Amino acid sequence: MSSRIRHIASNTFREAVRDRVLYNLIAFAVLMCGASILVGQISIGIERLVVINLGLTAISLFGVVIAIFIGIGLVSKEIEKRTLYTVLSRPVQRWEFIVGKFFGLAGTLVVNTFFMAIGVFLALLYVSQRFQAADGWVLVALYFIVLQFLIITALALFFSSFSSPLLSAVFAFSLFVIGSFAEDLRGFAAMAQGTTRWLATGAAYLLPNFASLNVIGSVAHGQGVAGALILSETAYAMVYAAMALCGAVLIFEHRNLK
Amino acid sequence: MAAIEILGLTKTYQVGFWRKRPKCALQPLRLQVEEGEIFGFLGPNGAGKTTTLKMLMGLVYPSAGSARILGCEINDPRMKAQIGFLPEQPYFYDYLTAAELLEYYGQLSGVDAKERKRRVSEVLDRVGLPNVSGMQLRKFSKGMLQRVGVAQAILHNPRVLFFDEPMSGLDPIGRREVRDLMEELKRAGKTVFFSTHILSDAEALCDRVAIIHQGELRGVGAVADLTSSVQGKVEVVWRGNTVLPSVKTLALDSSVTGDTVRAVVLEASQDALIDTLRRERLHIVSVTPLRTSLEEYFVQKLRPAEAAAGVRS
Ligand SMILES: Nc1ncnc2c1ncn2[C@@H]1O[C@H](COP(=O)(O)OP(=O)(O)O)[C@@H](O)[C@H]1O
Ligand SMILES: [Mg+2]
Repeated sequence: MSSRIRHIASNTFREAVRDRVLYNLIAFAVLMCGASILVGQISIGIERLVVINLGLTAISLFGVVIAIFIGIGLVSKEIEKRTLYTVLSRPVQRWEFIVGKFFGLAGTLVVNTFFMAIGVFLALLYVSQRFQAADGWVLVALYFIVLQFLIITALALFFSSFSSPLLSAVFAFSLFVIGSFAEDLRGFAAMAQGTTRWLATGAAYLLPNFASLNVIGSVAHGQGVAGALILSETAYAMVYAAMALCGAVLIFEHRNLK
Repeated sequence: MAAIEILGLTKTYQVGFWRKRPKCALQPLRLQVEEGEIFGFLGPNGAGKTTTLKMLMGLVYPSAGSARILGCEINDPRMKAQIGFLPEQPYFYDYLTAAELLEYYGQLSGVDAKERKRRVSEVLDRVGLPNVSGMQLRKFSKGMLQRVGVAQAILHNPRVLFFDEPMSGLDPIGRREVRDLMEELKRAGKTVFFSTHILSDAEALCDRVAIIHQGELRGVGAVADLTSSVQGKVEVVWRGNTVLPSVKTLALDSSVTGDTVRAVVLEASQDALIDTLRRERLHIVSVTPLRTSLEEYFVQKLRPAEAAAGVRS
């Protein structure tokens, strides 16, 4: 990675860390994890199920909210405030700026997920007194959550490269919601006829598939995740994020700054 | 080698929300700035100065034409390491301190890690901000931000500097300091290209100036050459209650108020008028330049288009 990308990424990380919004969200997520312990205690016999379900869902939702709220401003806010002028007049290529921003926010989310995951594991330890082999699958579920973050971050950046923060937020949230029901869309496509079938199939493949990246439910039930699935989902998330980033770069390369 | 060659840069913006209309911000501009010059880019508000600078910095793409800086194309990263840019009313990452910002910019410009620390404190000192290390930029005043802007432009010791309205937002002492800095840069062999709408800033400082109005170049040259054909005006005030006939012939305009007389003369007649007044043993109260010759030239250069526009409408 070029040193400029690294510097832009670490500055993006620093910006996120100094942003109060982040702390509000993290505080909220910690509360959620705490609540999961409470709920776990009163649901005798299924404590683990409840803790894993609630904890991972909280991590995933708050991560997505952070990714979108920070991601939508990454480019448009810098254009609006004209902070970009003194960056792009240096030997920084526009694509390096976008890629640096992506890694900065992705890094923020990984660090954030790491700390929240510690919270979930502590909660697990608290309700079942010891770790079990099945807890390993929680790590895989966390990994899938991070893959989701990569996609949503790239999408937020993509929208941020051409539209206002508000519109970008609407687009990114809509895609997240639709993508979470991607399996239903695929099912619908398989059943439909004629043009509808083509459209639905096209949409199903174009939209991000967050549904298959969500293994929280099965992991909470102590089921494993196939190695092949881990590989294919990794490839899927990488390719999808890379394409969204390419789109962001293509648009941003041609933009006139305000 | 020319430091900056502007080869017909043109910019047309599309304005209007529903029906887009083209708006010409810059007509094809040809300009050459030599290495080691202080070059003033003068024009009233909305003339197209910022647009030109943004195109040179690769922030806005030209509708036509091209430009070369230090012999390189506009987006060449090797060239960009050797230029510094101070935008108009600069704004920076407000969650950083001045030192952090400069450190970051030093990294982006490829300044060595060892040298960076030293350069950062050096330029902060140079722009008169030595004791702001702990303060986030969100708490900086406009004038302080302007100083940070100057600091980040000179940070990596660039060969060519682009300043957009460098004196704006500064108090008289700050303006003086920026002027001194530009002269110092020139002595160090740097090229300075700066825009301004304040002529007095340019007159004393520039080797050459260009005058631009409504996106059109109206004149280029050394200040002395440009102004050789025009004369400034001077206002002379003295004690007295009548305008002598000999004064009347010299003055463009004269009037008596109470016990003072006021006359406006061309710069060339200033000495003759003062000699006359002294011969008459009259008490001179003040001699004030009304318009310097550059201002006079400037006003003349702006006129034709207005006249033409008047005819058209
Ligand atoms: N982004 C833009 N969209 C439309 N018109 C613009 C834009 N930026 C500048 N202009 C117009 O271009 C002209 C030149 O502006 P500018 O270069 O900022 O002038 P100056 O810096 O000399 O004051 C002005 O008439 C301005 O309204
Ligand atoms: Mg301007």
